Amino acid sequence: MADDRAFKLRVITPDRVFYEGEVIMVELKTTEGEIGVLKRHIPLTAVIAPGVLYIKESEEEIKVAALHSGFVEVLQDSVTILAEVVEWPSEIDEKRAEEARIRAERRLSEKPMGTDLNRATLALERSVVRIETLNKGNSK
Amino acid sequence: MASMRDIKRRKVSIQSTQQITKAMKLVSTVKLQRAKNRAESSRAYFQCMYETIMGIMRRSGFINHPFMLPNGSTKKAVVVITSNRGLAGGYNSNIVKLITGSDLKKEDLAIYSIGKKGRDTLKRRGYQIKEDRSDIIEEPLYSDAMELSEDLLLAYKNGEIGEIYIAYTNFKNTVSHVPTLLKLLPVDVEATADEIGDIRSEEDNRALMNYEPEETDALDMIIPKYVTSIIYGALIQAVASENGARMQAMDSATSNAEEMIGSLELQYNRARQGHITQELTEIIGGADALNA
Repeated sequence: MADDRAFKLRVITPDRVFYEGEVIMVELKTTEGEIGVLKRHIPLTAVIAPGVLYIKESEEEIKVAALHSGFVEVLQDSVTILAEVVEWPSEIDEKRAEEARIRAERRLSEKPMGTDLNRATLALERSVVRIETLNKGNSK
Repeated sequence: MASMRDIKRRKVSIQSTQQITKAMKLVSTVKLQRAKNRAESSRAYFQCMYETIMGIMRRSGFINHPFMLPNGSTKKAVVVITSNRGLAGGYNSNIVKLITGSDLKKEDLAIYSIGKKGRDTLKRRGYQIKEDRSDIIEEPLYSDAMELSEDLLLAYKNGEIGEIYIAYTNFKNTVSHVPTLLKLLPVDVEATADEIGDIRSEEDNRALMNYEPEETDALDMIIPKYVTSIIYGALIQAVASENGARMQAMDSATSNAEEMIGSLELQYNRARQGHITQELTEIIGGADALNA
């Protein structure tokens, strides 16, 4: 890939190197909002919010993944994502994600005693991101 | 000299012990291989995590952040990682020695133990065991480390504990495992100054770093991840070390048994020879008596 727009992207989890390669753009969601990173972005460290991660390898080839937490370090010619939890669409079980979403929504609306609201909100966010990732992965 | 039967019995008993140690060695070799692969595939993450944290520390140095300043409590939490099973040579006792031999006072410590062996020994010595999560050492998950670090940080924020340490065995390579006591919080900028010297060349690159959200807020979110990742890393290293230590212990046990069997074999043969000689002398003596 002799594209001069390309830069190096690494997505690392505690258990494995999730992705490593040359890409021309990566899009992800941080706590401050969604960002798209091209080559020669200003150096930036940001905390990741649950969202869909788009990895654009070339004009036609876009990879999608569900990115739940971690942080990203952007340098001039490389991007490193330290992800605590990240999944390819093929690793997501649609039915389970859907069930988790419904369960979390119910818990949030009914608020039974002893519910950990933060936890339920997080669970909801996660399942929504998973479902979204699956849809994006299928539609492209 | 012991009788032939006694020697034989001992030999058989040692042989059956040897079979056990041999089998255990094989098992831990396989487990070690798996644990080693895991430790290696996780290394990239910790390397990056460490560098990023150090990068932030270097830039923001001595800012007033609760995670970087003592909070006044004299209580110290120590996460002690040992194994659930013994027969691993000095693996468990080295960790215990690390704690009893350190200058941390017994009364100040609250032990968060992972691993039954360390828990039992420390309890016997009168240490206070605050929490016990021995079952996670069998198959450490990242989510286990997350839970533990959440608990620790909560206690830290509430002022219940003032410092957090972790005691684990660092897996350097298959034969060398180093018991390590590491201070997690408050993050020690002074102590890490040496490390910073090594990577100063990168500074120019990072001096322009922007943070989103603001540095202090980012620290709020990144430091828990840092703690979690260190705990997880320590767990994985400890599992690898445990199996390495057990493999070594069982290997030397097997070869000791081999040696003992060898010397018993010699004794046995000598006893048998003596027995035959004695019988011959008796027969000859008897024949001579008849002829006389």
